[in-house]
Amino acid sequence: MKRIALFAAAAFATLPAHADRLPIPADAPPAFAAECGGCHIAFPPSLLTADDWRRVMASLDKHYGDNAALDDRTRRAIGDFLERSAGSGRRTEGANAGNGALPRLTISNWFRRKHDEVPAAAWKDKRIGSAANCAACHSRAEMGSYGERELRMPGGYLSER
Amino acid sequence: MKHLSLIALIAVSGAALAETPRQIGDAYAAAQGGGYRATAARGAEFFARKFNVSEKMPACSTCHTDSPAQAGRHAITGKTIKPLAPVANSERLSDPAKVEKWFTRNCKEVVGRECSAGEKADFVAFLAEVR
Ligand code: HEC
Ligand code: HEC
Repeated sequence: MKRIALFAAAAFATLPAHADRLPIPADAPPAFAAECGGCHIAFPPSLLTADDWRRVMASLDKHYGDNAALDDRTRRAIGDFLERSAGSGRRTEGANAGNGALPRLTISNWFRRKHDEVPAAAWKDKRIGSAANCAACHSRAEMGSYGERELRMPGGYLSER
Repeated sequence: MKHLSLIALIAVSGAALAETPRQIGDAYAAAQGGGYRATAARGAEFFARKFNVSEKMPACSTCHTDSPAQAGRHAITGKTIKPLAPVANSERLSDPAKVEKWFTRNCKEVVGRECSAGEKADFVAFLAEVR
Protein backbone atom coordinates (compact mmCIF):
# COMPACT_ATOMS: atom_id res chain seq x y z
CA MET A 1 0.00 0.00 0.00
CA LYS A 2 2.71 2.35 1.04
CA ARG A 3 4.63 1.40 -2.08
CA ILE A 4 1.72 2.16 -4.33
CA ALA A 5 1.33 5.62 -2.88
CA LEU A 6 5.02 6.23 -3.31
CA PHE A 7 4.85 5.00 -6.87
CA ALA A 8 1.89 7.24 -7.62
CA ALA A 9 3.71 10.22 -6.12
CA ALA A 10 6.80 9.49 -8.21
CA ALA A 11 4.74 9.18 -11.39
CA PHE A 12 3.02 12.43 -10.62
CA ALA A 13 6.28 14.20 -9.97
CA THR A 14 7.64 13.23 -13.37
CA LEU A 15 4.64 14.64 -15.22
CA PRO A 16 5.58 17.89 -16.94
CA ALA A 17 4.75 20.88 -14.76
CA HIS A 18 1.59 22.66 -15.84
CA ALA A 19 2.38 24.96 -18.74
CA ASP A 20 1.03 28.11 -17.15
CA ARG A 21 3.73 28.00 -14.45
CA LEU A 22 7.36 28.27 -15.52
CA PRO A 23 9.02 29.45 -12.31
CA ILE A 24 12.74 30.16 -12.06
CA PRO A 25 14.25 27.27 -10.02
CA ALA A 26 14.99 28.18 -6.41
CA ASP A 27 18.71 27.43 -6.72
CA ALA A 28 19.25 30.23 -9.24
CA PRO A 29 22.15 32.50 -8.33
CA PRO A 30 20.95 36.05 -7.55
CA ALA A 31 22.92 37.22 -10.59
CA PHE A 32 20.53 35.38 -12.90
CA ALA A 33 17.56 37.66 -12.29
CA ALA A 34 19.77 40.72 -11.91
CA GLU A 35 21.87 40.20 -15.06
CA CYS A 36 19.54 38.28 -17.35
CA GLY A 37 16.39 40.17 -16.37
CA GLY A 38 17.65 43.65 -17.24
CA CYS A 39 16.78 43.92 -20.92
CA HIS A 40 14.00 41.32 -21.02
CA ILE A 41 12.51 39.02 -18.39
CA ALA A 42 14.86 36.32 -17.14
CA PHE A 43 13.66 33.53 -19.44
CA PRO A 44 12.67 30.13 -17.99
CA PRO A 45 15.79 27.90 -18.26
CA SER A 46 13.67 24.87 -19.18
CA LEU A 47 12.79 26.31 -22.60
CA LEU A 48 16.25 25.71 -24.11
CA THR A 49 18.65 22.76 -23.93
CA ALA A 50 21.99 22.77 -22.10
CA ASP A 51 23.75 23.00 -25.47
CA ASP A 52 21.66 26.02 -26.43
CA TRP A 53 22.48 27.80 -23.18
CA ARG A 54 26.17 27.07 -23.64
CA ARG A 55 26.06 28.86 -26.97
CA VAL A 56 24.13 31.82 -25.58
CA MET A 57 26.57 32.20 -22.69
CA ALA A 58 29.63 31.87 -24.95
CA SER A 59 28.74 34.94 -27.03
CA LEU A 60 27.25 37.48 -24.64
CA ASP A 61 29.15 40.33 -26.31
CA LYS A 62 27.24 39.52 -29.53
CA HIS A 63 23.81 38.90 -28.13
CA TYR A 64 20.90 39.12 -30.59
CA GLY A 65 21.89 42.61 -31.71
CA ASP A 66 22.98 43.84 -28.28
CA ASN A 67 25.92 43.52 -25.89
CA ALA A 68 25.28 41.61 -22.64
CA ALA A 69 28.92 40.97 -21.69
CA LEU A 70 29.63 39.84 -18.11
CA ASP A 71 32.74 39.26 -16.03
CA ASP A 72 33.92 35.63 -16.17
CA ARG A 73 32.91 34.69 -12.65
CA THR A 74 29.31 35.85 -13.02
CA ARG A 75 29.10 34.32 -16.48
CA ARG A 76 30.23 30.94 -15.16
CA ALA A 77 27.80 31.00 -12.21
CA ILE A 78 24.87 31.80 -14.48
CA GLY A 79 26.03 29.33 -17.15
CA ASP A 80 26.29 26.46 -14.66
CA PHE A 81 22.83 27.21 -13.37
CA LEU A 82 21.30 27.38 -16.85
CA GLU A 83 22.91 24.11 -17.90
CA ARG A 84 21.72 22.20 -14.85
CA SER A 85 18.18 23.66 -15.17
CA ALA A 86 17.97 23.28 -18.94
CA GLY A 87 15.12 21.47 -20.66
CA SER A 88 15.04 18.77 -23.27
CA GLY A 89 12.56 17.21 -25.67
CA ARG A 90 9.16 18.65 -26.46
CA ARG A 91 9.56 22.18 -25.19
CA THR A 92 12.94 22.83 -26.74
CA GLU A 93 12.61 21.34 -30.23
CA GLY A 94 12.83 23.79 -33.09
CA ALA A 95 14.64 26.52 -31.14
CA ASN A 96 17.55 26.41 -33.57
CA ALA A 97 17.00 27.99 -36.95
CA GLY A 98 20.39 26.73 -38.12
CA ASN A 99 22.72 28.92 -40.19
CA GLY A 100 24.72 29.72 -37.08
CA ALA A 101 22.00 31.87 -35.50
CA LEU A 102 21.70 31.80 -31.71
CA PRO A 103 18.88 29.60 -30.38
CA ARG A 104 15.55 31.25 -29.63
CA LEU A 105 12.93 29.83 -27.31
CA THR A 106 10.39 31.98 -29.18
CA ILE A 107 10.70 29.86 -32.34
CA SER A 108 10.40 26.41 -30.77
CA ASN A 109 7.51 24.26 -31.99
CA TRP A 110 6.07 24.33 -28.48
CA PHE A 111 6.17 28.13 -28.24
CA ARG A 112 4.56 28.50 -31.67
CA ARG A 113 1.82 26.04 -30.77
CA LYS A 114 1.06 27.81 -27.49
CA HIS A 115 0.81 31.11 -29.38
CA ASP A 116 -1.04 30.06 -32.50
CA GLU A 117 -4.02 32.21 -31.48
CA VAL A 118 -1.98 35.39 -31.36
CA PRO A 119 -2.77 37.36 -34.52
CA ALA A 120 0.18 38.38 -36.70
CA ALA A 121 -0.65 42.05 -36.14
CA ALA A 122 -0.08 41.64 -32.38
CA TRP A 123 3.55 40.52 -32.80
CA LYS A 124 4.20 43.58 -34.95
CA ASP A 125 2.45 46.03 -32.63
CA LYS A 126 4.87 48.69 -31.42
CA ARG A 127 3.69 48.28 -27.83
CA ILE A 128 4.76 44.64 -27.95
CA GLY A 129 7.71 44.85 -30.30
CA SER A 130 8.93 41.27 -30.01
CA ALA A 131 7.78 37.80 -29.10
CA ALA A 132 10.56 37.88 -26.48
CA ASN A 133 8.72 40.70 -24.69
CA CYS A 134 6.70 38.16 -22.68
CA ALA A 135 5.68 40.73 -20.08
CA ALA A 136 3.89 42.88 -22.68
CA CYS A 137 1.13 40.26 -22.73
CA HIS A 138 1.72 38.09 -19.66
CA SER A 139 1.37 40.56 -16.79
CA ARG A 140 3.05 38.18 -14.30
CA ALA A 141 5.76 36.78 -16.59
CA GLU A 142 8.44 38.10 -14.27
CA MET A 143 7.10 35.72 -11.60
CA GLY A 144 7.10 32.82 -14.08
CA SER A 145 3.33 32.85 -14.27
CA TYR A 146 1.58 32.55 -17.66
CA GLY A 147 -2.04 31.83 -16.74
CA GLU A 148 -4.81 32.86 -19.10
CA ARG A 149 -6.37 35.21 -16.54
CA GLU A 150 -3.12 37.17 -16.33
CA LEU A 151 -3.04 37.98 -20.04
CA ARG A 152 -3.09 41.68 -20.80
CA MET A 153 -2.79 42.18 -24.52
CA PRO A 154 -2.12 45.80 -25.39
CA GLY A 155 -4.58 46.71 -28.12
CA GLY A 156 -7.06 44.06 -26.96
CA TYR A 157 -6.21 41.60 -29.73
CA LEU A 158 -7.91 38.71 -27.97
CA SER A 159 -10.92 40.53 -26.60
CA GLU A 160 -13.30 39.13 -29.20
CA ARG A 161 -12.60 35.47 -28.59
CA MET B 1 48.89 57.02 -12.16
CA LYS B 2 46.07 57.44 -14.63
CA HIS B 3 44.75 54.00 -13.85
CA LEU B 4 45.18 54.15 -10.12
CA SER B 5 41.86 55.75 -9.32
CA LEU B 6 40.07 53.38 -11.67
CA ILE B 7 41.58 50.50 -9.74
CA ALA B 8 40.49 52.17 -6.51
CA LEU B 9 37.02 52.52 -8.01
CA ILE B 10 36.82 48.83 -8.80
CA ALA B 11 38.21 47.85 -5.40
CA VAL B 12 35.58 49.93 -3.65
CA SER B 13 32.80 48.45 -5.76
CA GLY B 14 33.95 44.99 -4.71
CA ALA B 15 32.97 45.92 -1.18
CA ALA B 16 29.61 47.06 -2.57
CA LEU B 17 29.79 50.44 -0.89
CA ALA B 18 27.26 52.89 -2.19
CA GLU B 19 28.79 55.95 -3.76
CA THR B 20 27.48 59.31 -4.83
CA PRO B 21 27.27 60.42 -8.47
CA ARG B 22 29.89 63.02 -7.60
CA GLN B 23 32.38 60.38 -6.39
CA ILE B 24 31.80 58.26 -9.48
CA GLY B 25 32.23 61.24 -11.81
CA ASP B 26 35.36 62.41 -9.97
CA ALA B 27 36.95 58.98 -10.29
CA TYR B 28 36.42 59.00 -14.06
CA ALA B 29 37.78 62.55 -14.35
CA ALA B 30 40.86 61.54 -12.36
CA ALA B 31 41.30 58.47 -14.57
CA GLN B 32 41.30 60.74 -17.63
CA GLY B 33 44.17 62.65 -16.02
CA GLY B 34 45.62 66.06 -16.84
CA GLY B 35 43.30 67.74 -14.32
CA TYR B 36 40.28 66.88 -16.47
CA ARG B 37 37.19 68.93 -15.67
CA ALA B 38 33.93 67.25 -16.63
CA THR B 39 31.09 69.33 -18.04
CA ALA B 40 27.41 68.45 -18.13
CA ALA B 41 27.09 70.25 -21.49
CA ARG B 42 29.50 67.85 -23.18
CA GLY B 43 27.64 64.94 -21.57
CA ALA B 44 24.33 66.26 -22.89
CA GLU B 45 25.75 66.56 -26.41
CA PHE B 46 27.04 62.96 -26.19
CA PHE B 47 23.66 61.72 -24.96
CA ALA B 48 21.86 63.29 -27.95
CA ARG B 49 24.49 62.44 -30.60
CA LYS B 50 23.55 60.04 -33.41
CA PHE B 51 26.41 57.58 -33.68
CA ASN B 52 24.62 55.47 -36.29
CA VAL B 53 26.82 52.45 -35.60
CA SER B 54 24.02 50.11 -34.60
CA GLU B 55 21.01 50.04 -36.90
CA LYS B 56 18.48 49.50 -34.11
CA MET B 57 20.29 51.55 -31.48
CA PRO B 58 21.78 54.59 -33.26
CA ALA B 59 21.93 56.81 -30.15
CA CYS B 60 21.65 56.69 -26.36
CA SER B 61 18.31 58.45 -26.70
CA THR B 62 16.94 55.61 -28.85
CA CYS B 63 16.29 53.59 -25.69
CA HIS B 64 16.51 56.30 -23.04
CA THR B 65 14.29 58.97 -24.74
CA ASP B 66 15.33 62.62 -25.05
CA SER B 67 15.26 63.03 -21.28
CA PRO B 68 17.16 60.87 -18.79
CA ALA B 69 14.52 61.80 -16.20
CA GLN B 70 11.95 59.73 -18.13
CA ALA B 71 11.56 55.98 -18.31
CA GLY B 72 12.80 54.55 -21.59
CA ARG B 73 12.19 51.44 -23.63
CA HIS B 74 14.64 48.89 -25.02
CA ALA B 75 14.61 49.35 -28.81
CA ILE B 76 14.68 45.61 -29.52
CA THR B 77 13.02 43.86 -26.60
CA GLY B 78 10.46 46.56 -25.75
CA LYS B 79 11.18 46.27 -22.01
CA THR B 80 10.75 49.41 -19.91
CA ILE B 81 14.04 50.93 -18.76
CA LYS B 82 13.95 52.96 -15.56
CA PRO B 83 15.11 56.59 -15.79
CA LEU B 84 18.89 57.13 -15.87
CA ALA B 85 18.92 60.36 -13.89
CA PRO B 86 19.34 60.03 -10.10
CA VAL B 87 16.72 62.73 -9.61
CA ALA B 88 14.11 60.30 -10.98
CA ASN B 89 15.68 57.04 -9.84
CA SER B 90 17.84 57.11 -6.73
CA GLU B 91 19.53 53.79 -7.52
CA ARG B 92 21.35 55.34 -10.48
CA LEU B 93 25.02 56.33 -10.20
CA SER B 94 25.39 54.64 -6.81
CA ASP B 95 27.21 51.45 -7.79
CA PRO B 96 30.48 52.07 -9.68
CA ALA B 97 30.73 48.49 -10.95
CA LYS B 98 27.25 48.68 -12.43
CA VAL B 99 27.96 52.05 -14.03
CA GLU B 100 31.18 50.72 -15.57
CA LYS B 101 29.46 47.53 -16.80
CA TRP B 102 26.83 49.49 -18.73
CA PHE B 103 29.40 51.93 -20.16
CA THR B 104 31.44 48.95 -21.35
CA ARG B 105 28.48 47.28 -23.06
CA ASN B 106 26.74 50.29 -24.53
CA CYS B 107 29.80 52.21 -25.67
CA LYS B 108 30.84 49.18 -27.75
CA GLU B 109 27.34 48.60 -29.05
CA VAL B 110 26.11 52.16 -29.64
CA VAL B 111 29.28 54.25 -30.01
CA GLY B 112 31.19 51.41 -31.69
CA ARG B 113 34.24 51.70 -29.43
CA GLU B 114 35.18 52.07 -25.79
CA CYS B 115 34.39 55.46 -24.29
CA SER B 116 37.22 57.47 -22.76
CA ALA B 117 37.22 58.13 -19.02
CA GLY B 118 36.63 61.80 -19.85
CA GLU B 119 33.51 61.01 -21.87
CA LYS B 120 32.22 58.95 -18.97
CA ALA B 121 32.94 61.78 -16.53
CA ASP B 122 30.98 64.20 -18.75
CA PHE B 123 28.09 61.76 -19.07
CA VAL B 124 27.92 61.26 -15.30
CA ALA B 125 28.06 65.05 -14.77
CA PHE B 126 25.14 65.46 -17.18
CA LEU B 127 22.97 62.78 -15.55
CA ALA B 128 23.68 64.09 -12.07
CA GLU B 129 22.54 67.55 -13.09
CA VAL B 130 19.26 66.61 -14.81
CA ARG B 131 16.23 67.99 -12.98
C1 HEC C 1 22.01 44.41 -22.72
C2 HEC C 1 20.70 43.81 -22.83
C3 HEC C 1 20.57 42.32 -22.58
C4 HEC C 1 21.01 41.61 -21.49
C5 HEC C 1 21.75 42.12 -20.26
C6 HEC C 1 20.63 40.23 -21.74
N1 HEC C 1 19.94 40.13 -22.92
FE1 HEC C 1 19.16 38.43 -23.72
N2 HEC C 1 18.47 39.52 -25.30
C7 HEC C 1 18.68 40.87 -25.52
C8 HEC C 1 18.11 41.25 -26.79
C9 HEC C 1 18.13 42.65 -27.39
C10 HEC C 1 17.51 40.09 -27.31
C11 HEC C 1 16.75 39.96 -28.65
C12 HEC C 1 15.29 40.13 -28.40
C13 HEC C 1 14.49 40.09 -29.66
O1 HEC C 1 15.00 39.78 -30.75
O2 HEC C 1 13.28 40.34 -29.58
C14 HEC C 1 17.78 39.02 -26.36
C15 HEC C 1 17.35 37.71 -26.54
C16 HEC C 1 17.67 36.67 -25.70
C17 HEC C 1 17.28 35.30 -25.93
C18 HEC C 1 16.46 34.79 -27.10
C19 HEC C 1 14.99 35.13 -26.90
C20 HEC C 1 14.12 34.57 -28.00
O3 HEC C 1 13.77 35.31 -28.91
O4 HEC C 1 13.78 33.39 -27.92
C21 HEC C 1 17.78 34.55 -24.90
C22 HEC C 1 17.65 33.05 -24.71
C23 HEC C 1 18.49 35.47 -24.02
N3 HEC C 1 18.38 36.74 -24.53
C24 HEC C 1 19.12 35.09 -22.85
C25 HEC C 1 19.81 35.98 -22.01
C26 HEC C 1 20.56 35.57 -20.85
C27 HEC C 1 20.74 34.15 -20.36
C28 HEC C 1 21.07 36.72 -20.29
C29 HEC C 1 21.97 36.83 -19.07
C30 HEC C 1 23.25 36.21 -19.15
C31 HEC C 1 20.64 37.83 -21.13
N4 HEC C 1 19.89 37.35 -22.16
C32 HEC C 1 20.94 39.18 -20.88
C33 HEC C 1 19.31 41.75 -24.66
C34 HEC C 1 19.90 41.39 -23.47
C1 HEC D 1 1.61 39.12 -28.09
C2 HEC D 1 1.35 38.68 -26.75
C3 HEC D 1 2.23 37.56 -26.18
C4 HEC D 1 3.59 37.55 -26.02
C5 HEC D 1 4.57 38.64 -26.37
C6 HEC D 1 3.92 36.29 -25.39
N1 HEC D 1 2.77 35.56 -25.19
FE1 HEC D 1 2.65 33.74 -24.28
N2 HEC D 1 0.68 33.66 -24.72
C7 HEC D 1 -0.05 34.65 -25.32
C8 HEC D 1 -1.41 34.17 -25.56
C9 HEC D 1 -2.54 34.97 -26.19
C10 HEC D 1 -1.44 32.84 -25.08
C11 HEC D 1 -2.60 31.86 -25.10
C12 HEC D 1 -3.31 31.93 -23.78
C13 HEC D 1 -4.35 30.87 -23.68
O1 HEC D 1 -4.99 30.56 -24.67
O2 HEC D 1 -4.47 30.36 -22.57
C14 HEC D 1 -0.12 32.55 -24.55
C15 HEC D 1 0.25 31.35 -23.94
C16 HEC D 1 1.46 31.10 -23.31
C17 HEC D 1 1.77 29.94 -22.52
C18 HEC D 1 0.85 28.78 -22.25
C19 HEC D 1 0.06 28.97 -20.99
C20 HEC D 1 -0.83 27.78 -20.73
O3 HEC D 1 -1.70 27.88 -19.87
O4 HEC D 1 -0.64 26.74 -21.38
C21 HEC D 1 3.05 30.08 -22.07
C22 HEC D 1 3.83 29.15 -21.19
C23 HEC D 1 3.55 31.34 -22.60
N3 HEC D 1 2.54 31.95 -23.34
C24 HEC D 1 4.81 31.81 -22.40
C25 HEC D 1 5.32 32.95 -23.02
C26 HEC D 1 6.70 33.36 -22.93
C27 HEC D 1 7.80 32.63 -22.11
C28 HEC D 1 6.82 34.50 -23.68
C29 HEC D 1 8.06 35.32 -23.94
C30 HEC D 1 9.26 34.58 -24.39
C31 HEC D 1 5.50 34.80 -24.23
N4 HEC D 1 4.63 33.83 -23.81
C32 HEC D 1 5.21 35.90 -25.03
C33 HEC D 1 0.40 35.91 -25.66
C34 HEC D 1 1.72 36.30 -25.67
